[in-house]
Amino acid sequence: MEKDGMANEPDGRWERLALRSAAVPFRLKVAVVWLVIFLVLGVFFEIAGFDTQFMRDEFPFILKGLKYTLYMAVCGIALAVLLAGLGALGRISTNPIAYGVSGFYVSFFRGTPLIVQMFLIYQALPQIGINLVAKYPAVPDSLATTLTLNAVVAGTLALGLNYGAYMTEIFRAGIQAVSGGQGEAADALGMTYRQKMRKVVLPQAFRVIIPPTGNEFISMLKDTALVSFLGAILTQAEIFRRAQYVGTAHFRTLEAYVLAAAMYWTLTVIFTFFQRRLEIRVGRGYVRTSTRKKPPPPAAVQPQVGGGGL
Amino acid sequence: MSEREIVVDVRGLHKCFGHLEVVKGVDMQVRRGEVVVIFGRSGSGKSTLLRCVNFLEDPTEGTIEVAGMRLAGGYRTRRKRNQIRKLRLHVGMVFQQFNLFPNMTALENVMSAPMCAKLGKEGEIKQRAMELLDRVGLAEKAGEHPIRLSGGQQQRVAIARALAMKPDVMLFDEPTSALDPELTGEVLSVMKTLASEHMTMMVVTHEMGFAREVADRMCFFHEGGVLEQGPPAQIVGNPQQPETKKFLDAVL
Repeated sequence: MEKDGMANEPDGRWERLALRSAAVPFRLKVAVVWLVIFLVLGVFFEIAGFDTQFMRDEFPFILKGLKYTLYMAVCGIALAVLLAGLGALGRISTNPIAYGVSGFYVSFFRGTPLIVQMFLIYQALPQIGINLVAKYPAVPDSLATTLTLNAVVAGTLALGLNYGAYMTEIFRAGIQAVSGGQGEAADALGMTYRQKMRKVVLPQAFRVIIPPTGNEFISMLKDTALVSFLGAILTQAEIFRRAQYVGTAHFRTLEAYVLAAAMYWTLTVIFTFFQRRLEIRVGRGYVRTSTRKKPPPPAAVQPQVGGGGL
Repeated sequence: MSEREIVVDVRGLHKCFGHLEVVKGVDMQVRRGEVVVIFGRSGSGKSTLLRCVNFLEDPTEGTIEVAGMRLAGGYRTRRKRNQIRKLRLHVGMVFQQFNLFPNMTALENVMSAPMCAKLGKEGEIKQRAMELLDRVGLAEKAGEHPIRLSGGQQQRVAIARALAMKPDVMLFDEPTSALDPELTGEVLSVMKTLASEHMTMMVVTHEMGFAREVADRMCFFHEGGVLEQGPPAQIVGNPQQPETKKFLDAVL
């Protein structure tokens, strides 16, 4: 009973601790939490018998996959942006062909798994070429080899097509988020459809589109790991395929996969940082607190009566 | 007045939204230099009439003639779209919500239409745009984005932007309705200046003081048609229709 009473007193032990804790910045406390988690993980790895020597030895081999991971993500997002731009224009078009084609594209690539699309492009496409060449003599033999893509190219294509379909909806929403009054003002000023889009609607839509596009890029970066299932030749393998290879070869899968995970994580953290900065930058022209240099004050600032010239 | 040329000629205009007929057979002629104020209750179709004049709304029936180009509503073929665009080059429009382009500075807003229509070299267009901003009293704000301007300043930039195309007629769709009361004065004063320079204007507004002072003709819109029209002294001083009287009693 006596002890219960203690806790309620204003200068009780917990109370004093809480007061002292309140003086420490929140972010510092969070940093400490993270540090503790890493320490616990480190201890755990030590107990579990992590072969750190193996990790150090194989790090350069796995790191060489970074080139292909980034290559696929960058080319993939470029393709996706292109397709999403065209797709979105199709989705807002009143032309039935443009609307229908873009609708089919979005529906198919959102309606099937990414991994299935990868195999369709990597393994099913060559078969089409072979069948066509066998069936029709007019088809040149080279078609079969043209449709046989290497795993990196097939993976990039699948990523671009798949993400492009999702991003079509992002782009469409971005364009439609520009208020109707903007389009009307452009119309009323006698701008053509192209001028309205290029000067008024798209610049405003980009502001809405860019942040989620950055997110899609970060997602795609991680989805490049799926390309490992296509079984690229080792010299062109990305991070995860390399980790899989060295891990199984040396019975050190734990170490190899942790290493791969750490690399993806690092990449994600880096790109998230840049994506945030981009987000702030893109929103800048619309914020009230911009500091623009004032032009020199003009001679007359009041509306003048008379003087025609209209 | 009557011998001056007709700039806007609306004939037999009907406009339906689905089953709702908003404008029911309006004929209206506006002569060069004339200031016509259109007033009436919200939902009476006055804004729709204005928006039909530059084809922001497609007339369901009837024709619109501006500066000698006569067009009817209906399906927009490529040719029709081009004609509408040409007609719009003769019509300036000022919106209730200003609708300035937030991605451009005030100056770029004013320059946007002449640049798109290639009305001259960039230097000339820029110089003229600066003159227009000066006329609405905002030359010093040329480099600012709309977000940094007050509502009244935004609307004045919007007027300058519409004037940049040297239109034959200016349409004002409730230009002061979105403004705080203390900001309406600066916009109305710019409009008065325009009227004194013999700009042809069609103004939808609830500002009866402005109408009485500036309008050559006032049109009372009621249930999709012009119920009564005439010079301000007659309309405000001695309205003939009970509906007009009722409305004026409510707003004055």
